[in-house]
Amino acid sequence: MVPLTHYLIFSAVLFAIGVLGVLIRRNVIVVFMSIEIMLNAVNISLLGFDRYLDQSTGQIFIFMVMCVAAAEVSIGLAIIISLFRNKPTVNLDEFNILKG
Amino acid sequence: MELLIFYPIALLCVALALAVVLTRNPINSAMCLIGMMLGLAIVFAFTQAHFIAILQIIIYAGAIMVLFMFVIMLLNLKEDSRSWMARDKNKLLTGLTAVLLVGAVYKFIDVITQTDFKAPQAVPDSFGTVALIGEFLFTDFVLPFEVASVLLLAAMVGAVVLAKNKLD
Repeated sequence: MVPLTHYLIFSAVLFAIGVLGVLIRRNVIVVFMSIEIMLNAVNISLLGFDRYLDQSTGQIFIFMVMCVAAAEVSIGLAIIISLFRNKPTVNLDEFNILKG
Repeated sequence: MELLIFYPIALLCVALALAVVLTRNPINSAMCLIGMMLGLAIVFAFTQAHFIAILQIIIYAGAIMVLFMFVIMLLNLKEDSRSWMARDKNKLLTGLTAVLLVGAVYKFIDVITQTDFKAPQAVPDSFGTVALIGEFLFTDFVLPFEVASVLLLAAMVGAVVLAKNKLD
């Protein structure tokens, strides 16, 4: 039986990797993938607590996280496509027209 | 016994996640991400969350990653030699993230060293089965379920409108 702390450590490591990717990468698609890594890390800790508390309700939350992730990916990639039409680059540092 | 399977899969997932962040080519990143999602599906299956494991494969490794691949190929991204370079420094963002990470790590170590988590007892056979999750989903959690369907509908309409050629 895998203890809860191992799930939590695993989840924290994956979340940290996701934060790292959001901070250091310039490619907007890779930044988006890092956000997916963070969402998956949250799912792991939800499942660990779910197993620990022995209630299956935590898996409903994972289901909801997956729904939100699907919605977020479809909208986000559509935004990336329409941004790419205006300015043919995926470099995050060049999307600065909203800067004051 | 379960630990012998959990550790290699977890290490593989962490390595693939690092590869997603560190490789230059977006296609390679997407491939590594698919591998990571499949590894997580194995972890879920070993936790007896069979329904979630299958959803992980169908939704994440299937639908979401196909969408990523589709967009990468649609945009026809060349391998960008500058894409690995650090972003332009944003002091506010860096500072806030440093504070967040330090706080999270501190709290994390605190919880792990102070709290005595007992090993979970043997779970009942019905844990994580499609039948049990489905029962929860259509009885106690029927409102979130319906809200999720509205959310997905709104996302679908939004994606179609945003990706159209003419916005006006």
